[in-house]
Amino acid sequence: MSEMSLPRVQHIIGSGIVAAVGIWVTYVSYTQQPSEAFLFPRLISTVFVVLALWTFFKACLGRTRVGNGISARQLTNLLPGLVIALVYIFWAARGLGFYTATAIAFFILLSLYDPAPHGLVKSWVKRVIITACFMAVMYGLFAVLLKVYTPREILF
Amino acid sequence: MRGVFQRFMKTFAKLFSLLTVLSQERASAGGAVEFIFYFGDVFTPVNFGLLLLGTIGGLILGATPGLSPTMAVALLIPFTFQLEAAQGLILLGAAYTSTVAGGAVSAILLKIPGAPANIATTLDGHAMAQKGEGARALQLSFLASAVGGIFGVLLLIFLTPVLARWALAFGPSHLFWLAILGVTVIGSLDSRSVVKGLLSGCIGLWLATIGFDDIMGAQRFIFHPSLGGGINIIAALIGLFAIPQVITMFARGRRQDGAEVMRVQKHPIGAAVSELLRNRRAVGIGTMTGSVIGLIPGVGGQIAGLVAYDQSRKFSPDREKFGSGHPEGLIAAESANNAMVGPSLVPLLTLSIPGSPTAAVLLGGLLIHGIFPGTDLFDNHPDVAWTFINSMLIGQVLMCIFGLYVAGLAARVAQVPQSVMAAVVLGLAVFGSYSVQSSMGDVYVMAGLGVMMYFLERFGFSAAPLVLGLILGPIAEANFIQGSMIANATDGVMPYFFGGSLNIFLIAVVIASVFYSAWMELRSRRYTSKEEIMA
Repeated sequence: MSEMSLPRVQHIIGSGIVAAVGIWVTYVSYTQQPSEAFLFPRLISTVFVVLALWTFFKACLGRTRVGNGISARQLTNLLPGLVIALVYIFWAARGLGFYTATAIAFFILLSLYDPAPHGLVKSWVKRVIITACFMAVMYGLFAVLLKVYTPREILF
Repeated sequence: MRGVFQRFMKTFAKLFSLLTVLSQERASAGGAVEFIFYFGDVFTPVNFGLLLLGTIGGLILGATPGLSPTMAVALLIPFTFQLEAAQGLILLGAAYTSTVAGGAVSAILLKIPGAPANIATTLDGHAMAQKGEGARALQLSFLASAVGGIFGVLLLIFLTPVLARWALAFGPSHLFWLAILGVTVIGSLDSRSVVKGLLSGCIGLWLATIGFDDIMGAQRFIFHPSLGGGINIIAALIGLFAIPQVITMFARGRRQDGAEVMRVQKHPIGAAVSELLRNRRAVGIGTMTGSVIGLIPGVGGQIAGLVAYDQSRKFSPDREKFGSGHPEGLIAAESANNAMVGPSLVPLLTLSIPGSPTAAVLLGGLLIHGIFPGTDLFDNHPDVAWTFINSMLIGQVLMCIFGLYVAGLAARVAQVPQSVMAAVVLGLAVFGSYSVQSSMGDVYVMAGLGVMMYFLERFGFSAAPLVLGLILGPIAEANFIQGSMIANATDGVMPYFFGGSLNIFLIAVVIASVFYSAWMELRSRRYTSKEEIMA
């Protein structure tokens, strides 16, 4: 696949997913009962599916002019952070406890994207201090001030 | 110095006692000057403290590149749950005003606009800082912002009650078309592609229908247990505005931004005030342009700043100096982007149509306290409405005073590495969305919508129409159903929804906004093609 065609393929995939969602929404709106409950969804899904298919066909014809897609470099950069963020949100926050999971995710993300060299002890100490300060602020704000009870699970 | 302070405190005490007397008189008040009777409420210790907190915090957040005013206000909403409605709105309003003005700090000192509204500010502001006039540029920027902002809020004060009364004449069909108008105008004007903008609006309208139907109690599109109660607006707002920013920061990798903060030398404030008075034309053009643009739903501060800059250059005898550190350009841009703040709330407070994404977030802040904009707000909660609006007026003055002192600190905050910002915003987003209803489902919805929005944005979709669809969806649906029932019992659907001068006018505006935006898109495409051929 040439480099020029990468955004086009991405646009086809992206608009294809949107079009598939549009078709599903329209199908559900016109088939589910009671029909009175789906009166408004029918109205909007009709416009939704028309616009989604229009966008999809334009992407297939290579006539999409807006949106740069994602370069391979951007994808490589964002993937580790995104995976950590999703593991933190969908598993660790419940599994380990809100504060523990937040502290671990914060420290990993900070270390992963910090431009300071990883070989220096000073930069690791700085990261630990920043994480501790952030957690103290979060605990003060949410647990003490707003009295939000978060899942504690196996840890804190 | 001590004498000046004592005089200031005496004057403040006199003013406070006068306002207290006025607020006691408000039971018999009304009319065009009703707002005056609620000024005292802004100065209660809690309200004034929140105003100060929102102003100073907003200035610092605004100066931080990557933290847009909308995202800052969305992240602040969970902190307003335990506050009274007026207090919560004071905090959000102050943050909104100050983040727009605070964005000028990084625009001037770092050449990185703190918010899209500050793009025009970088053109002359940074050039002034490079010439060693950073302090002068910052002072002019905050003074111009205050003048524009005060005029904008005055417009809000005098236009809002009039339009709110006019809104009484609106029936279900008109309110339905108004909601559609809100989505359509932002979808077409705020996006680079009309079709994708409208499609984003449709996605938002569909997301608003997820959950149990209000009338029949039927399940609609519940494909995950977290969606049983529908999509929580606050969690959605946090996800749609904060998470794409976090992922964008991840996508930059371990890159050092390399932005260098310009040194700020001392500059007498009196000289800046005199200079502002000498540049009345630029202030006037900026303020008027910003106010008019602010009234149009969907046209944000970014456009206000750029249009004011361009108009100021056209009318200036020194137009060739623009772009090389000319104060007129800076003054016009900054007075415009703050002048649009007040008017952008007019459609929100009168017709429930948010004029900008930040106004949509403020609507969320109103709805969580069970308050609906329009006549309900001014008739049943005048204390909330006027205390909020008055706080924005006082907030403009505070923003100017503190802006001049906080600028140095804010510029340092602007240097905070992206890695720290990304992790902090992610943590705040998770805790903020969880605290809405103490539900992990809201956190999943926040994360899911945020990741979806990041990828949609990369393909040219935009968050603003999607958010408006999500917020206006329930309003549109409720009025559509109510209107259909009335129509079936009277003349039928077609005459009810498509007849009558107001319906026709609203439909015409919907169509006009779509066609105008499509025409502008085609024109810019032709222009780009010509440029490519010439190159």
